[in-house]
Amino acid sequence: MNTIPDHNYFTSPTGLKSWLLTKDHKRIGLMYLMAISLFFLVGGALAMVMRLELFSPGSQLMSADTYNRMFTLHGAIMIFLFIIPSIPAALGNFVLPLQLGAIDVAFPRLNLASWYIYVVGALFALGAIVAGGIDTGWTFYTPYSVQTEGAVVMMVMAAFILGFSSIFTGLNFIATVHKMRAPGMTWFKMPLFVWGIYATAIIQVLATPVLAITLLLLAVERGAGIGIFDPKMGGDPVLFQHFFWFYSHPAVYIMILPGMAIISELMATFTRKRVFGYRAVAYSSLAIALLSFIVWGHHMFTSGQSELAAMIFSFLTFSVAIPSAVKVFNWMATMYRGSISFDTPMLYALAFLFLFTIGGLTGLFLGTLAVDLHLHDTYFIVAHFHYTMMGGTVIAFLGGLHYWWPKIWGRMYSEKWARIAWALIFIGFNATFIPQFIMGSQGMPRRYFNYIDQYQPMHAFSSIGAFILGSGFLVMLIYLWRSVKHGPIAGSNPWGASTFEWTHASSPPDLHNFAQQPVCEHEAYPYDKVIFKSTNPYDAEEVNS
Amino acid sequence: MDTTATIWMPQQASTIASEVDALFYFVYWISIFFLAVITIGTIYFAVKYRRRGERDQLTTGPDGNHTLELIWSIIPTLIVIVMFAWGFQTYLKMNVIPKDALEIKVTGYQWAWVFDYPEGFNTGGELVVPKDKPIKLLMHSKDVLHSFYVPAFRVKMDVLPNRYTSLWFEAMYEGEFQIFCTEYCGKSHSEMLGMVKVLSQQDYDKWVEEQGNDSGQPPEVKGEKLFTSRACNTCHSIDGSKSVGPTWKGTFGSTETMASGETIIIDENYVRESILTPNAKIVKGFNPVMPTFQGILNDKDIEALIAYMKTLK
Repeated sequence: MNTIPDHNYFTSPTGLKSWLLTKDHKRIGLMYLMAISLFFLVGGALAMVMRLELFSPGSQLMSADTYNRMFTLHGAIMIFLFIIPSIPAALGNFVLPLQLGAIDVAFPRLNLASWYIYVVGALFALGAIVAGGIDTGWTFYTPYSVQTEGAVVMMVMAAFILGFSSIFTGLNFIATVHKMRAPGMTWFKMPLFVWGIYATAIIQVLATPVLAITLLLLAVERGAGIGIFDPKMGGDPVLFQHFFWFYSHPAVYIMILPGMAIISELMATFTRKRVFGYRAVAYSSLAIALLSFIVWGHHMFTSGQSELAAMIFSFLTFSVAIPSAVKVFNWMATMYRGSISFDTPMLYALAFLFLFTIGGLTGLFLGTLAVDLHLHDTYFIVAHFHYTMMGGTVIAFLGGLHYWWPKIWGRMYSEKWARIAWALIFIGFNATFIPQFIMGSQGMPRRYFNYIDQYQPMHAFSSIGAFILGSGFLVMLIYLWRSVKHGPIAGSNPWGASTFEWTHASSPPDLHNFAQQPVCEHEAYPYDKVIFKSTNPYDAEEVNS
Repeated sequence: MDTTATIWMPQQASTIASEVDALFYFVYWISIFFLAVITIGTIYFAVKYRRRGERDQLTTGPDGNHTLELIWSIIPTLIVIVMFAWGFQTYLKMNVIPKDALEIKVTGYQWAWVFDYPEGFNTGGELVVPKDKPIKLLMHSKDVLHSFYVPAFRVKMDVLPNRYTSLWFEAMYEGEFQIFCTEYCGKSHSEMLGMVKVLSQQDYDKWVEEQGNDSGQPPEVKGEKLFTSRACNTCHSIDGSKSVGPTWKGTFGSTETMASGETIIIDENYVRESILTPNAKIVKGFNPVMPTFQGILNDKDIEALIAYMKTLK
């Protein structure tokens, strides 16, 4: 019979102060999880209202001004306040030291500081909303962002501050991976989640300062009237796009690499297999991280950049497709001769394979120069990045959340309701975004408050899909909430997994993670040599019934 | 009229459209193939190797295979190189403008398109072109970024305030084709629409002759047309409601306070000045966001607009 350990990171110490001043990576991870979940709900609610508005052409609920503010907020919140910190700062914080066999991250105070900086950034973003919102789109393209009304400077400062939170987390994780690995854990014995987070951290540290500078220049231009990007003052708007995408393209890999990292864990655990081509998967993370820095110009094929630049960026863009394709094939091959169980996290991993493949393949259309001229800035783009960012990252995040949930809380969620929510999300997601591919290639531009009648059926279809998708998240909210108090007790290793957080730590883990220092004897996934006993309470039910 | 529209792509109404679509469908079928391989493979493995019995058991499957991994790195590499080369080749065709192209100047501003013809007249919102003749659009913006997009022609190019950009197309069919602005440009971005009207060469020549020949049309009628075709209506109401700019209803002859504090009677001189140098005197409570209409509206147009304004009591 499983029990919750008397001493765990919830019980010692207790009280609000012990949380607000904690240096424990698990508590900080959990505080991040609360914060990003809140913003995911806000960003998701905005999406639902927008889909309601777009159900028919013309104004249904709001004015064009309100709609423009809503899509800007949806993008800014989802990207800066949810996706970027989601996997690294929330799940990564919780899991990374455990997987390394470490007592904490390398710099616990810096870790807490990054959370507070996140909160300050979030308050700035909320302040910008209260001060009238902004209508520039999350890309802040100049010169519109220099000329429009609204709290642009405040929102830009929010993103600026949030960037520092991201840099701190990245720095911390790089140092942690280098210095805090358990005895015997060489680089190629590390779990692939660690590899993915490590590659992510490199991008966070190298790319985010460029965004910070860009946004600062924008704020200076607006505040002091110094011409940098606005031609009226002698600036160049295309320069802004180069700066912006120099960060924001690597940033999409800040978002997707941790998702890929989770999928590698899920594939290993639920097929009970060593990941096929471990080294290729690890190296491909680094390859993606490095290539991500030299493809930014593919956001600008119609911007007026030179044809030569367009050619080079098109070529480099295709090169980044290869390591991603290698990963997908390796995950699939991992299933070969495995022992596959279909617990909820694995359902998300399978959904990821399908959705991310669509996201990746539709990227090929956009890398192809002549085709991109037609598809650029249409709903095809909107659908493409939702397939990678939501179908990829968010689905992987949900897989990771369901995977580590019993470790975080010590209890299982309802498997039945989790499957129902998964089905609603999978069906709803496809129903939302497949019509957007179609109307996009038919010419429907993005960021349109109103549209011509021709696109009405696809918009209506997409809206219905969005409501199914939204209902899936409501179901999830309820069963996860219930599980915290009422779920069956998970035991230390409900999935029979091989990495330290399952084999050497209780659920929830002790404040100091491990009773004694774990020693790494095998590579990360030795499912061909070692039997890892499962403590899953649902498995016992199967046997009894 | 042709029937080349499919579920994925709109009608192919320009000479380049079928080439773009051929490339689109090349990428499409390759994507479908790989999606099928991955989906079917995943489902097959999932069913075949589903867990039988206890969760905690040993597995003996392979953990790597260099030949296989090389194959699935090299084949996709070769395929994307073809995509790249083909895409670039077609892209060059779309960017090299034929020498005999008819050049029309496009001006984008919040929130309308104006087209200037070599004969010296311009049109608002409606780009009239002859069939079977290459058309070069030389484009620039009066304010923020815009992007000129005609889905049926498969052409798109950003329109910048600080330099000219261009694109070209050759229309294959007579008819009307939608123009969109595809770079977000503010409140009425989704209303920044237009139409390409393709005529036969004879009809086009006839149409050109008729332009600039608006004698017999009372100025206020012409002004009313300009009010919508030059998109004054996106910022100025005629029913007294406040919009981006002051309403035109009952404005002419009234006394307004300026942002600077001075009071001014709205007369012909003020309206003319506000059209040509909009930021010289801003009515209190409004922002200096109006672009100049220098080069878009000529003297007769401005007189027509003033005449129309006078009718709005």
